[in-house]
Amino acid sequence: MCGGIVSETLVQNLAVEGVSLPSGVVQRGIDSYVLHTDVGTARIATPAAEVRIGAMHRGAGPKDAKGARWESFDHHLQARAIAAGARLVRARVEKVSLDEAGRPRLGTKDGGADTYDLLAVATGVNSSALKLFEELGIGFRRPQVTKTLIREYYLGQDVIDRHLGTSMHVFLLDIPRLEFAAAIPKGDYVTMCLLGEDVDGALVDAFVASPQVKACMPPGWDPEAKSCQCVPAINVRGVEKPYADRFVFIGDAGVTRLYKDGIGAAYRTAKAAARTALFEGISEEAFARWYMPVCRSIGGDNRLGHLAFLVTRIARRFPFLRRAMLRMATREQERRGAPQRMSGVLWDMFSGSAPYGDILRRMFSPAFLSRFLAAAAASLWPRRRAPSATGTDLEISP
Amino acid sequence: MTSPGELGRAYRDGDVLCRQGEPGDCLFVIQDGEFEVVREEGGKETVVRVARKDELLGEMAIFERAPRSATVRARGAGRALTLDKRNFLKRINEDPSLAFRIIQTMSQRIRELTVRSVELERKLAERPGAGR
Repeated sequence: MCGGIVSETLVQNLAVEGVSLPSGVVQRGIDSYVLHTDVGTARIATPAAEVRIGAMHRGAGPKDAKGARWESFDHHLQARAIAAGARLVRARVEKVSLDEAGRPRLGTKDGGADTYDLLAVATGVNSSALKLFEELGIGFRRPQVTKTLIREYYLGQDVIDRHLGTSMHVFLLDIPRLEFAAAIPKGDYVTMCLLGEDVDGALVDAFVASPQVKACMPPGWDPEAKSCQCVPAINVRGVEKPYADRFVFIGDAGVTRLYKDGIGAAYRTAKAAARTALFEGISEEAFARWYMPVCRSIGGDNRLGHLAFLVTRIARRFPFLRRAMLRMATREQERRGAPQRMSGVLWDMFSGSAPYGDILRRMFSPAFLSRFLAAAAASLWPRRRAPSATGTDLEISP
Repeated sequence: MTSPGELGRAYRDGDVLCRQGEPGDCLFVIQDGEFEVVREEGGKETVVRVARKDELLGEMAIFERAPRSATVRARGAGRALTLDKRNFLKRINEDPSLAFRIIQTMSQRIRELTVRSVELERKLAERPGAGR
Protein backbone atom coordinates (compact mmCIF):
# COMPACT_ATOMS: atom_id res chain seq x y z
CA MET A 1 0.00 0.00 0.00
CA CYS A 2 1.27 3.49 -0.58
CA GLY A 3 1.06 5.33 2.68
CA GLY A 4 3.63 7.84 1.47
CA ILE A 5 6.63 6.03 2.92
CA VAL A 6 10.08 6.26 1.37
CA SER A 7 11.89 3.16 2.59
CA GLU A 8 15.30 3.03 4.20
CA THR A 9 16.80 1.53 1.02
CA LEU A 10 15.30 4.20 -1.21
CA VAL A 11 16.29 7.09 1.10
CA GLN A 12 19.89 5.80 0.95
CA ASN A 13 19.91 5.10 -2.80
CA LEU A 14 18.51 8.54 -3.58
CA ALA A 15 21.04 10.20 -1.26
CA VAL A 16 23.91 8.44 -3.04
CA GLU A 17 22.50 9.63 -6.36
CA GLY A 18 22.47 13.21 -5.09
CA VAL A 19 18.74 13.39 -4.34
CA SER A 20 18.66 14.16 -0.64
CA LEU A 21 15.08 14.65 0.48
CA PRO A 22 14.71 18.02 2.23
CA SER A 23 12.84 18.45 5.52
CA GLY A 24 10.34 20.60 3.62
CA VAL A 25 9.27 17.46 1.76
CA VAL A 26 9.74 14.76 4.40
CA GLN A 27 6.94 15.50 6.84
CA ARG A 28 8.31 13.15 9.45
CA GLY A 29 11.51 11.15 9.69
CA ILE A 30 10.72 7.65 10.92
CA ASP A 31 13.31 6.01 13.16
CA SER A 32 11.34 2.99 14.38
CA TYR A 33 8.37 0.70 13.91
CA VAL A 34 5.99 -0.26 16.69
CA LEU A 35 4.24 -3.58 16.28
CA HIS A 36 0.88 -3.63 18.08
CA THR A 37 -0.80 -6.95 18.86
CA ASP A 38 -3.45 -7.94 21.36
CA VAL A 39 -0.72 -9.57 23.49
CA GLY A 40 1.69 -6.64 23.63
CA THR A 41 3.76 -4.25 21.58
CA ALA A 42 7.34 -4.20 20.36
CA ARG A 43 9.31 -1.18 19.22
CA ILE A 44 11.90 -1.92 16.55
CA ALA A 45 14.43 0.85 16.05
CA THR A 46 16.62 1.60 13.03
CA PRO A 47 20.24 0.59 13.31
CA ALA A 48 22.52 3.23 14.84
CA ALA A 49 19.53 5.28 15.99
CA GLU A 50 19.42 6.98 12.61
CA VAL A 51 16.34 8.45 10.95
CA ARG A 52 16.30 6.48 7.72
CA ILE A 53 12.68 6.42 6.58
CA GLY A 54 10.69 9.36 5.27
CA ALA A 55 6.92 9.85 5.61
CA MET A 56 5.40 12.33 3.19
CA HIS A 57 2.28 13.20 1.28
CA ARG A 58 1.83 12.39 -2.38
CA GLY A 59 0.02 14.79 -4.70
CA ALA A 60 -2.02 17.49 -3.01
CA GLY A 61 -2.16 15.74 0.39
CA PRO A 62 -5.29 15.68 2.61
CA LYS A 63 -8.35 17.58 1.40
CA ASP A 64 -8.39 20.04 4.29
CA ALA A 65 -4.61 20.72 4.31
CA LYS A 66 -4.05 24.40 5.05
CA GLY A 67 -1.10 26.55 4.06
CA ALA A 68 2.00 25.20 2.40
CA ARG A 69 4.29 24.06 5.20
CA TRP A 70 5.36 21.01 3.22
CA GLU A 71 5.95 20.46 -0.45
CA SER A 72 4.49 17.26 -1.90
CA PHE A 73 6.98 14.54 -2.81
CA ASP A 74 5.67 14.29 -6.38
CA HIS A 75 5.92 18.05 -6.87
CA HIS A 76 9.47 18.05 -5.51
CA LEU A 77 10.58 15.33 -7.94
CA GLN A 78 8.78 17.03 -10.82
CA ALA A 79 10.51 20.34 -10.03
CA ARG A 80 13.89 18.58 -10.02
CA ALA A 81 13.11 16.97 -13.38
CA ILE A 82 12.15 20.37 -14.84
CA ALA A 83 15.33 21.92 -13.43
CA ALA A 84 17.25 19.13 -15.19
CA GLY A 85 15.64 20.03 -18.53
CA ALA A 86 12.29 18.20 -18.64
CA ARG A 87 9.38 20.00 -20.33
CA LEU A 88 6.09 19.82 -18.44
CA VAL A 89 2.87 19.79 -20.45
CA ARG A 90 -0.18 20.29 -18.23
CA ALA A 91 -2.97 18.58 -20.12
CA ARG A 92 -5.28 15.62 -19.67
CA VAL A 93 -4.56 12.76 -22.06
CA GLU A 94 -7.77 11.53 -23.65
CA LYS A 95 -6.55 9.63 -26.67
CA VAL A 96 -3.59 7.42 -27.50
CA SER A 97 -2.88 6.24 -31.03
CA LEU A 98 0.01 5.20 -33.24
CA ASP A 99 1.20 7.14 -36.28
CA GLU A 100 2.24 5.47 -39.57
CA ALA A 101 5.75 4.88 -38.22
CA GLY A 102 4.37 3.22 -35.08
CA ARG A 103 5.20 6.19 -32.88
CA PRO A 104 2.82 6.97 -29.98
CA ARG A 105 0.56 9.96 -30.48
CA LEU A 106 -1.23 11.58 -27.55
CA GLY A 107 -4.40 13.61 -27.87
CA THR A 108 -5.28 15.93 -25.00
CA LYS A 109 -8.53 17.38 -23.66
CA ASP A 110 -7.64 20.87 -24.86
CA GLY A 111 -7.57 19.58 -28.43
CA GLY A 112 -3.79 19.31 -28.69
CA ALA A 113 -1.96 16.33 -30.14
CA ASP A 114 1.69 15.39 -30.24
CA THR A 115 3.80 12.47 -31.37
CA TYR A 116 6.59 11.03 -29.23
CA ASP A 117 9.47 8.61 -29.72
CA LEU A 118 8.85 6.79 -26.44
CA LEU A 119 5.97 6.74 -23.97
CA ALA A 120 6.89 5.90 -20.36
CA VAL A 121 3.54 5.32 -18.66
CA ALA A 122 3.49 6.00 -14.91
CA THR A 123 -0.21 6.54 -14.31
CA GLY A 124 -0.66 4.27 -11.30
CA VAL A 125 -3.65 1.89 -11.30
CA ASN A 126 -6.37 4.33 -10.32
CA SER A 127 -6.28 6.19 -13.61
CA SER A 128 -8.79 5.66 -16.38
CA ALA A 129 -5.91 6.19 -18.81
CA LEU A 130 -4.95 2.50 -18.58
CA LYS A 131 -8.03 1.66 -20.67
CA LEU A 132 -6.57 3.72 -23.52
CA PHE A 133 -3.53 1.45 -23.64
CA GLU A 134 -5.58 -1.77 -23.42
CA GLU A 135 -7.52 -0.66 -26.49
CA LEU A 136 -4.39 0.22 -28.44
CA GLY A 137 -3.57 -3.34 -29.48
CA ILE A 138 -0.05 -3.37 -28.10
CA GLY A 139 -0.66 -6.38 -25.83
CA PHE A 140 -1.06 -4.39 -22.62
CA ARG A 141 -3.43 -5.75 -19.97
CA ARG A 142 -3.81 -3.80 -16.71
CA PRO A 143 -2.47 -5.34 -13.47
CA GLN A 144 -4.65 -7.23 -10.98
CA VAL A 145 -5.66 -4.99 -8.12
CA THR A 146 -7.25 -5.05 -4.70
CA LYS A 147 -8.80 -2.25 -2.68
CA THR A 148 -7.13 -0.55 0.23
CA LEU A 149 -8.42 2.17 2.51
CA ILE A 150 -6.52 5.32 3.38
CA ARG A 151 -7.74 7.81 5.97
CA GLU A 152 -6.13 11.05 7.04
CA TYR A 153 -6.61 12.49 10.52
CA TYR A 154 -5.57 16.02 11.44
CA LEU A 155 -4.05 15.96 14.94
CA GLY A 156 -1.44 18.73 14.76
CA GLN A 157 2.33 18.33 15.02
CA ASP A 158 2.57 18.64 18.83
CA VAL A 159 -0.06 16.00 19.48
CA ILE A 160 1.57 13.65 16.98
CA ASP A 161 5.00 14.28 18.56
CA ARG A 162 3.62 13.30 21.98
CA HIS A 163 1.53 10.27 21.06
CA LEU A 164 2.84 8.67 17.87
CA GLY A 165 6.33 10.16 17.84
CA THR A 166 8.71 9.18 15.07
CA SER A 167 7.47 5.58 14.79
CA MET A 168 5.34 3.94 12.16
CA HIS A 169 2.68 1.91 13.98
CA VAL A 170 1.87 -1.49 12.52
CA PHE A 171 -1.09 -3.57 13.72
CA LEU A 172 -1.24 -7.35 13.71
CA LEU A 173 -4.78 -7.91 15.01
CA ASP A 174 -7.15 -10.85 14.78
CA ILE A 175 -9.87 -8.96 12.93
CA PRO A 176 -11.57 -11.00 10.19
CA ARG A 177 -10.64 -9.87 6.64
CA LEU A 178 -7.94 -7.47 7.89
CA GLU A 179 -4.56 -8.36 6.42
CA PHE A 180 -2.44 -5.49 7.58
CA ALA A 181 -2.91 -2.00 9.00
CA ALA A 182 -0.62 0.89 9.78
CA ALA A 183 -0.79 4.39 11.24
CA ILE A 184 1.86 6.67 9.79
CA PRO A 185 2.57 9.97 11.54
CA LYS A 186 3.31 12.88 9.20
CA GLY A 187 3.60 16.63 9.75
CA ASP A 188 0.19 17.56 11.15
CA TYR A 189 -1.63 14.40 10.03
CA VAL A 190 -1.75 10.69 10.71
CA THR A 191 -2.31 8.48 7.68
CA MET A 192 -4.14 5.25 8.44
CA CYS A 193 -3.80 2.47 5.86
CA LEU A 194 -5.85 -0.71 5.90
CA LEU A 195 -5.35 -3.67 3.66
CA GLY A 196 -7.57 -6.70 3.55
CA GLU A 197 -10.26 -8.64 1.80
CA ASP A 198 -13.16 -6.44 0.62
CA VAL A 199 -12.19 -3.48 2.79
CA ASP A 200 -15.44 -1.78 3.81
CA GLY A 201 -16.94 0.39 6.51
CA ALA A 202 -17.54 -2.53 8.90
CA LEU A 203 -13.90 -3.58 8.72
CA VAL A 204 -12.73 -0.02 9.35
CA ASP A 205 -15.13 0.34 12.28
CA ALA A 206 -13.83 -2.89 13.84
CA PHE A 207 -10.24 -1.70 13.39
CA VAL A 208 -10.63 1.81 14.84
CA ALA A 209 -12.65 0.41 17.76
CA SER A 210 -9.86 -1.98 18.79
CA PRO A 211 -8.14 -1.15 22.10
CA GLN A 212 -4.72 -1.29 20.41
CA VAL A 213 -5.61 1.49 17.96
CA LYS A 214 -7.21 3.60 20.68
CA ALA A 215 -4.14 3.17 22.90
CA CYS A 216 -1.91 4.35 20.06
CA MET A 217 -3.96 7.47 19.29
CA PRO A 218 -4.34 10.47 21.64
CA PRO A 219 -7.00 10.36 24.40
CA GLY A 220 -10.38 11.53 23.19
CA TRP A 221 -9.57 10.75 19.58
CA ASP A 222 -12.71 10.49 17.47
CA PRO A 223 -12.37 7.92 14.67
CA GLU A 224 -15.12 9.68 12.76
CA ALA A 225 -13.32 13.04 12.76
CA LYS A 226 -11.32 12.24 9.64
CA SER A 227 -9.96 14.84 7.25
CA CYS A 228 -10.52 12.66 4.22
CA GLN A 229 -10.75 9.06 3.11
CA CYS A 230 -10.22 7.20 -0.12
CA VAL A 231 -10.45 3.59 -1.25
CA PRO A 232 -7.79 3.32 -3.94
CA ALA A 233 -6.84 0.19 -5.83
CA ILE A 234 -3.34 -1.23 -5.41
CA ASN A 235 -1.44 -3.48 -7.76
CA VAL A 236 -1.18 -7.03 -6.36
CA ARG A 237 -0.14 -8.82 -9.53
CA GLY A 238 1.91 -7.03 -12.13
CA VAL A 239 1.40 -6.72 -15.86
CA GLU A 240 2.50 -9.76 -17.91
CA LYS A 241 4.11 -7.60 -20.57
CA PRO A 242 4.82 -4.08 -19.26
CA TYR A 243 6.38 -2.92 -22.53
CA ALA A 244 5.88 -2.76 -26.28
CA ASP A 245 7.62 -1.05 -29.17
CA ARG A 246 8.08 2.56 -27.94
CA PHE A 247 6.04 1.93 -24.76
CA VAL A 248 7.15 1.09 -21.24
CA PHE A 249 4.93 0.84 -18.15
CA ILE A 250 6.63 1.68 -14.87
CA GLY A 251 5.74 1.48 -11.19
CA ASP A 252 2.15 0.51 -10.34
CA ALA A 253 1.12 0.70 -14.00
CA GLY A 254 3.51 -2.19 -14.63
CA VAL A 255 5.04 -4.17 -11.80
CA THR A 256 5.42 -3.16 -8.16
CA ARG A 257 6.25 -4.72 -4.79
CA LEU A 258 3.51 -6.52 -2.92
CA TYR A 259 1.81 -4.27 -0.33
CA LYS A 260 4.78 -1.98 0.36
CA ASP A 261 7.65 0.08 -0.98
CA GLY A 262 5.66 1.10 -4.05
CA ILE A 263 7.79 4.23 -4.45
CA GLY A 264 10.92 2.07 -4.28
CA ALA A 265 9.55 -0.24 -6.99
CA ALA A 266 8.70 2.77 -9.16
CA TYR A 267 12.28 3.99 -8.75
CA ARG A 268 13.72 0.59 -9.71
CA THR A 269 11.52 0.10 -12.75
CA ALA A 270 11.94 3.72 -13.89
CA LYS A 271 15.72 3.37 -13.73
CA ALA A 272 15.64 0.05 -15.58
CA ALA A 273 13.44 1.62 -18.27
CA ALA A 274 15.73 4.64 -18.58
CA ARG A 275 18.86 2.45 -18.79
CA THR A 276 17.24 0.34 -21.50
CA ALA A 277 16.13 3.35 -23.53
CA LEU A 278 19.52 5.07 -23.25
CA PHE A 279 21.83 2.13 -23.82
CA GLU A 280 19.82 -0.55 -25.62
CA GLY A 281 17.00 1.16 -27.50
CA ILE A 282 13.23 1.49 -27.30
CA SER A 283 12.12 -1.55 -29.25
CA GLU A 284 9.99 -4.31 -27.78
CA GLU A 285 13.01 -6.64 -28.01
CA ALA A 286 15.21 -4.21 -26.07
CA PHE A 287 12.65 -3.89 -23.26
CA ALA A 288 12.05 -7.66 -23.22
CA ARG A 289 15.75 -8.31 -22.82
CA TRP A 290 16.83 -5.47 -20.55
CA TYR A 291 13.74 -4.15 -18.75
CA MET A 292 11.71 -7.28 -18.17
CA PRO A 293 14.30 -9.04 -15.94
CA VAL A 294 13.89 -6.29 -13.31
CA CYS A 295 10.08 -6.69 -13.45
CA ARG A 296 10.42 -10.47 -13.32
CA SER A 297 12.66 -10.21 -10.28
CA ILE A 298 10.09 -8.03 -8.46
CA GLY A 299 7.24 -10.35 -9.51
CA GLY A 300 9.13 -13.46 -8.38
CA ASP A 301 9.84 -11.87 -5.02
CA ASN A 302 6.16 -10.96 -4.67
CA ARG A 303 5.23 -14.65 -4.95
CA LEU A 304 7.46 -15.26 -1.93
CA GLY A 305 5.84 -12.20 -0.33
CA HIS A 306 2.46 -13.98 -0.45
CA LEU A 307 4.07 -16.79 1.53
CA ALA A 308 5.55 -14.34 4.05
CA PHE A 309 2.12 -12.74 4.53
CA LEU A 310 0.60 -16.21 4.94
CA VAL A 311 2.94 -16.69 7.89
CA THR A 312 1.78 -13.42 9.47
CA ARG A 313 -1.85 -14.45 8.76
CA ILE A 314 -1.28 -17.66 10.71
CA ALA A 315 0.37 -15.68 13.53
CA ARG A 316 -2.69 -13.43 13.58
CA ARG A 317 -4.96 -16.42 14.20
CA PHE A 318 -3.06 -17.91 17.13
CA PRO A 319 -2.31 -15.73 20.19
CA PHE A 320 0.49 -18.03 21.37
CA LEU A 321 2.36 -17.39 18.09
CA ARG A 322 2.04 -13.64 18.60
CA ARG A 323 3.30 -14.06 22.16
CA ALA A 324 6.20 -16.14 20.78
CA MET A 325 7.12 -13.37 18.36
CA LEU A 326 7.21 -10.82 21.16
CA ARG A 327 8.97 -13.22 23.54
CA MET A 328 11.71 -13.92 21.00
CA ALA A 329 12.12 -10.23 20.35
CA THR A 330 12.30 -9.62 24.11
CA ARG A 331 15.09 -12.17 24.53
CA GLU A 332 17.02 -10.55 21.69
CA GLN A 333 16.62 -7.23 23.40
CA GLU A 334 17.94 -8.61 26.67
CA ARG A 335 21.05 -9.96 24.96
CA ARG A 336 22.09 -7.01 22.85
CA GLY A 337 25.15 -8.68 21.34
CA ALA A 338 23.13 -11.69 20.19
CA PRO A 339 21.85 -12.03 16.60
CA GLN A 340 18.63 -10.04 16.18
CA ARG A 341 16.78 -12.71 14.20
CA MET A 342 13.13 -11.91 14.96
CA SER A 343 13.84 -8.18 15.20
CA GLY A 344 15.53 -8.19 11.79
CA VAL A 345 12.69 -10.16 10.19
CA LEU A 346 10.04 -7.87 11.70
CA TRP A 347 12.00 -4.79 10.69
CA ASP A 348 12.36 -5.90 7.08
CA MET A 349 8.72 -7.05 6.82
CA PHE A 350 7.43 -3.67 7.99
CA SER A 351 9.98 -1.38 6.44
CA GLY A 352 10.12 -3.03 3.01
CA SER A 353 13.92 -2.72 3.24
CA ALA A 354 14.70 -6.26 2.12
CA PRO A 355 13.28 -8.56 -0.57
CA TYR A 356 10.65 -11.02 0.66
CA GLY A 357 12.86 -13.91 -0.47
CA ASP A 358 15.60 -12.72 1.85
CA ILE A 359 13.13 -12.42 4.76
CA LEU A 360 11.75 -15.92 4.13
CA ARG A 361 15.24 -17.41 3.89
CA ARG A 362 15.99 -16.01 7.35
CA MET A 363 12.57 -17.09 8.71
CA PHE A 364 13.15 -20.67 7.64
CA SER A 365 16.76 -20.90 8.78
CA PRO A 366 17.35 -23.61 11.42
CA ALA A 367 18.60 -21.03 13.94
CA PHE A 368 15.46 -18.89 13.58
CA LEU A 369 13.08 -21.84 13.62
CA SER A 370 14.65 -23.49 16.68
CA ARG A 371 14.45 -20.28 18.68
CA PHE A 372 10.95 -19.53 17.49
CA LEU A 373 9.73 -23.03 18.34
CA ALA A 374 11.24 -22.70 21.82
CA ALA A 375 9.54 -19.32 22.25
CA ALA A 376 6.25 -20.76 20.92
CA ALA A 377 6.39 -23.68 23.35
CA ALA A 378 7.03 -21.30 26.25
CA SER A 379 4.21 -19.05 25.04
CA LEU A 380 1.65 -21.83 25.39
CA TRP A 381 1.79 -20.99 29.10
CA PRO A 382 1.48 -17.22 28.92
CA ARG A 383 1.59 -16.64 32.67
CA ARG A 384 5.18 -17.83 32.88
CA ARG A 385 6.80 -15.00 30.98
CA ALA A 386 4.58 -13.30 28.48
CA PRO A 387 4.35 -9.65 27.63
CA SER A 388 1.34 -8.10 29.33
CA ALA A 389 -1.92 -7.57 27.51
CA THR A 390 -1.57 -3.84 28.02
CA GLY A 391 1.61 -3.90 25.97
CA THR A 392 5.26 -4.47 26.54
CA ASP A 393 7.30 -1.67 25.10
CA LEU A 394 10.45 -3.27 23.81
CA GLU A 395 13.16 -1.43 21.98
CA ILE A 396 14.80 -3.72 19.49
CA SER A 397 17.57 -2.96 17.04
CA PRO A 398 17.74 -5.24 14.03
CA MET B 1 9.65 24.79 15.81
CA THR B 2 12.17 22.22 14.51
CA SER B 3 11.21 20.23 11.47
CA PRO B 4 10.21 16.64 12.21
CA GLY B 5 11.25 15.67 8.69
CA GLU B 6 15.03 15.62 9.05
CA LEU B 7 16.70 12.42 7.93
CA GLY B 8 19.97 10.87 9.09
CA ARG B 9 21.75 11.21 12.38
CA ALA B 10 22.40 14.50 14.17
CA TYR B 11 25.99 15.43 15.02
CA ARG B 12 27.14 18.24 17.31
CA ASP B 13 30.22 20.37 16.81
CA GLY B 14 33.30 18.13 17.10
CA ASP B 15 31.39 14.81 16.94
CA VAL B 16 33.33 12.20 14.98
CA LEU B 17 31.70 10.27 12.10
CA CYS B 18 34.71 8.02 11.57
CA ARG B 19 38.24 7.94 12.88
CA GLN B 20 41.57 7.62 11.04
CA GLY B 21 43.02 4.10 11.35
CA GLU B 22 39.73 2.40 12.19
CA PRO B 23 38.30 -0.22 9.82
CA GLY B 24 35.86 1.34 7.35
CA ASP B 25 32.53 -0.43 6.99
CA CYS B 26 30.25 2.34 5.76
CA LEU B 27 30.05 5.55 3.77
CA PHE B 28 28.26 8.76 4.65
CA VAL B 29 26.09 11.22 2.76
CA ILE B 30 25.93 14.66 4.34
CA GLN B 31 22.37 15.89 4.75
CA ASP B 32 23.10 19.19 6.40
CA GLY B 33 25.99 21.23 7.86
CA GLU B 34 29.74 21.00 7.37
CA PHE B 35 32.12 18.17 8.17
CA GLU B 36 35.91 18.44 8.11
CA VAL B 37 38.19 15.67 6.91
CA VAL B 38 41.29 15.68 9.09
CA ARG B 39 44.52 13.75 8.54
CA GLU B 40 46.83 13.24 11.50
CA GLU B 41 50.55 12.78 10.91
CA GLY B 42 53.16 12.82 13.65
CA GLY B 43 50.77 14.31 16.18
CA LYS B 44 49.81 17.20 13.88
CA GLU B 45 46.39 17.57 12.32
CA THR B 46 45.81 18.86 8.81
CA VAL B 47 42.34 19.67 7.50
CA VAL B 48 42.30 17.99 4.09
CA ARG B 49 38.91 19.29 3.00
CA VAL B 50 35.57 20.53 4.28
CA ALA B 51 32.57 18.60 2.97
CA ARG B 52 29.07 20.03 2.68
CA LYS B 53 25.45 19.03 1.97
CA ASP B 54 24.95 16.11 -0.44
CA GLU B 55 28.67 15.22 -0.47
CA LEU B 56 29.75 11.61 -0.05
CA LEU B 57 32.39 10.78 2.54
CA GLY B 58 34.21 7.58 3.40
CA GLU B 59 33.61 6.13 -0.07
CA MET B 60 37.08 4.56 -0.20
CA ALA B 61 35.94 2.10 2.48
CA ILE B 62 33.40 0.68 0.04
CA PHE B 63 36.09 -0.52 -2.37
CA GLU B 64 39.11 -1.08 -0.10
CA ARG B 65 39.77 -3.10 2.99
CA ALA B 66 42.27 -0.52 4.24
CA PRO B 67 41.70 1.41 7.49
CA ARG B 68 40.18 4.89 7.33
CA SER B 69 42.71 7.32 5.86
CA ALA B 70 41.38 10.32 7.81
CA THR B 71 39.05 11.37 10.60
CA VAL B 72 35.76 13.06 9.74
CA ARG B 73 34.16 15.33 12.32
CA ALA B 74 31.34 17.81 12.46
CA ARG B 75 32.12 21.52 12.15
CA GLY B 76 29.10 22.91 13.95
CA ALA B 77 25.80 21.06 13.98
CA GLY B 78 25.17 18.70 11.08
CA ARG B 79 23.35 15.61 9.88
CA ALA B 80 24.56 12.62 7.89
CA LEU B 81 23.13 9.36 6.57
CA THR B 82 25.15 6.17 7.05
CA LEU B 83 25.23 3.48 4.36
CA ASP B 84 26.38 0.04 5.40
CA LYS B 85 29.15 -1.30 3.10
CA ARG B 86 27.80 -4.82 2.69
CA ASN B 87 24.26 -3.79 1.83
CA PHE B 88 25.47 -1.04 -0.46
CA LEU B 89 27.76 -3.39 -2.42
CA LYS B 90 24.77 -5.71 -2.83
CA ARG B 91 22.73 -2.84 -4.25
CA ILE B 92 25.54 -1.84 -6.64
CA ASN B 93 25.59 -5.44 -7.84
CA GLU B 94 21.85 -5.17 -8.64
CA ASP B 95 22.08 -1.68 -10.11
CA PRO B 96 25.63 -0.77 -11.18
CA SER B 97 24.54 2.79 -12.07
CA LEU B 98 24.39 3.48 -8.32
CA ALA B 99 28.19 3.63 -8.42
CA PHE B 100 28.23 6.42 -11.03
CA ARG B 101 28.14 9.24 -8.50
CA ILE B 102 30.80 7.61 -6.34
CA ILE B 103 33.07 7.35 -9.38
CA GLN B 104 32.24 10.97 -10.23
CA THR B 105 33.12 12.03 -6.66
CA MET B 106 36.39 10.11 -6.75
CA SER B 107 37.21 11.59 -10.16
CA GLN B 108 36.61 15.14 -8.89
CA ARG B 109 38.81 14.49 -5.87
CA ILE B 110 41.64 13.15 -8.06
CA ARG B 111 41.35 16.32 -10.16
CA GLU B 112 41.47 18.52 -7.02
CA LEU B 113 44.44 16.58 -5.66
CA THR B 114 46.27 16.95 -8.97
CA VAL B 115 45.82 20.72 -8.85
CA ARG B 116 46.95 20.86 -5.23
CA SER B 117 49.94 18.64 -5.88
CA VAL B 118 51.04 20.87 -8.78
CA GLU B 119 50.66 23.95 -6.54
CA LEU B 120 52.77 22.31 -3.86
CA GLU B 121 55.44 21.32 -6.38
CA ARG B 122 55.54 24.90 -7.61
CA LYS B 123 55.78 26.31 -4.08
CA LEU B 124 58.58 23.88 -3.29
CA ALA B 125 60.40 24.87 -6.46
CA GLU B 126 60.01 28.59 -5.60
CA ARG B 127 61.49 28.18 -2.13
CA PRO B 128 64.93 29.85 -1.70
CA GLY B 129 67.61 27.32 -2.37
CA ALA B 130 65.36 24.98 -4.31
CA GLY B 131 66.92 23.37 -7.37
CA ARG B 132 70.51 24.14 -6.31
